[in-house]
Amino acid sequence: MASEVNSKMLRARLRKERRSAGAPCFTLDVSVEVSPGITILFGASGAGKSTLLDCLAGLARTDEGRIAIGNDVLFDSAAGVHVPAPKRRIAYVFQTLALFPHLSAEENVAYGLRGFPEAERQGRVEAILQAFRVEKLRRQKPGEISGGERQRIALARSLVTEPRALLLDEPLTGLDAELKAAIVDDLRAWNTAKEIPVLYVTHSRDEVDALGERVIALDNGRVASSGAPMEVLNAPRRKKLAQAAGFENLLSATVLDLREADGVMRVRLGQSACEIEVPLGYAVAGSRVQVAVRAGDILLATERPHGLSARNVVDGRIVSLEQRGTIVIARVDCGVTFVVHVTPGAVRALELTAGRPVWLVLKTHSCHLVD
Amino acid sequence: MEALWLSMKLAASVAGILLVIGMPVAYWLAFSSWRGKFLLESVVALPLVLPPTVLGFYALVAMGPRGPLGKLWIALFGHGLAFTFGGLILASVLYSFPFAVQPLIASFEGVDRRLLDASAVLGSGSLRTFWRVILPLSLPGVVTAAVLSFAHTLGEFGVVLMVGGNLAGVTRTVSIDIYDHVQSLEYGEANRMALVLLVISFAVLSFVYAVNRRVWTPWPAK
Repeated sequence: MASEVNSKMLRARLRKERRSAGAPCFTLDVSVEVSPGITILFGASGAGKSTLLDCLAGLARTDEGRIAIGNDVLFDSAAGVHVPAPKRRIAYVFQTLALFPHLSAEENVAYGLRGFPEAERQGRVEAILQAFRVEKLRRQKPGEISGGERQRIALARSLVTEPRALLLDEPLTGLDAELKAAIVDDLRAWNTAKEIPVLYVTHSRDEVDALGERVIALDNGRVASSGAPMEVLNAPRRKKLAQAAGFENLLSATVLDLREADGVMRVRLGQSACEIEVPLGYAVAGSRVQVAVRAGDILLATERPHGLSARNVVDGRIVSLEQRGTIVIARVDCGVTFVVHVTPGAVRALELTAGRPVWLVLKTHSCHLVD
Repeated sequence: MEALWLSMKLAASVAGILLVIGMPVAYWLAFSSWRGKFLLESVVALPLVLPPTVLGFYALVAMGPRGPLGKLWIALFGHGLAFTFGGLILASVLYSFPFAVQPLIASFEGVDRRLLDASAVLGSGSLRTFWRVILPLSLPGVVTAAVLSFAHTLGEFGVVLMVGGNLAGVTRTVSIDIYDHVQSLEYGEANRMALVLLVISFAVLSFVYAVNRRVWTPWPAK
């Protein structure tokens, strides 16, 4: 079993410099292993996600390194191997999908099936159109098809060729959650049978939670961390990653004292009098740290709460409330300004309005240290 | 009317030849990342700024019995190139080159690069990508290139006069014919031919602009 997994694994160690006016302006320098199943490639825009995919697919020239699927080497700068993109058998779904506008859905899907007898070609196209539930659209051109269905056709076009790996560059952006989940289910169902490595780029937390078996986090051209989604995303050690991972509150703080026995330390937020307890980090009293807290992890109360296990209760005043979709973004001034997400129902029940005094409750382990 | 027929024949041949030669040149100019590309770009655009007499003069010298091209032609076919229909075609191809190549470059460059990437990862090399993706999506540009080089050749005067002279049925095109009529004070005849040329040119240009405004396209706009 282990050897079978290894024989399908996509392994890459590569370096690519992007130059602007002759001087290197961005360097991608990573080593990744993608085993069969879905691996999320996560990171802020500009972190190098698309460049990495382009190098793997052979669309961008890699400066040095090695790319292989199982024992099949696709690129090796030391050995002078460079398999061109058309021969790599790595499927790639672009963010823009890049469906051919002059071809029908069916012709788009059949595009990569050359050299097959007509009957087999037809059979494969038919099967994949059904697997992705777009068989009714076969004669339509991409311009006449709705967003979600275009995405399904792009997936079908890539997978019908039975690739050895699949690269997905935010293929489901702009779809509502339900449609996204349905497409992901179809993709998963397809991949249970084929078991190929899938590298899925996204910067949406929801997609990570829905899909992720493993996550590779990229930051500024390097792998910042990798592993299970919870480990990678809940302990962001880098500021940009924290912002991308949806830590709406990123506060600078001064360490007051360390309580090593309890595994915590007390910090003062910004210039305020507001003190909270956070997990112990590599710091000494007086040093400055960054604390990241998710807006959804903060509780909001209209009376001072008692008898809680949470160690941090800070008082403040609501500055503004702003409804965005089904959440209300509350800004609360506690000396520093916290962003808190509450539901519209909570706003009504608690009669929250701007100017109202409130208490915020933060669990120690909801406060993450970032460097 | 013989002159008009000759002009049409010349223009159609030139347009056809230019499409065949123009496509690889335009492809290279659109997609190459070679640093010295601007040199070839300048050469291609040269006929736009040179007086037709200059171009015609050099073409004539090259095609003459002592010119390199003329010598080669005589060796191959036993007769000279200057003052023949073949020579006329050759000179016209040079003269109308930018009118075919520029629209082709523009339309090739207008094709979304990600479509070319998609074609590559789906297993197609550059040649198949060209036939299946670039060319169909550049159809308005191809039509423009053909029509413009046709129309431009139809209306040329200086190059024809230099290289072809004025031999009835061989090199006397419409524009030369008009000039002849005016010289002999046959204004009625001149007017008739001029009007024909005017109407044809207008029709051709309207067609080009209609295609480029996508009044008519082979597939529905997205």
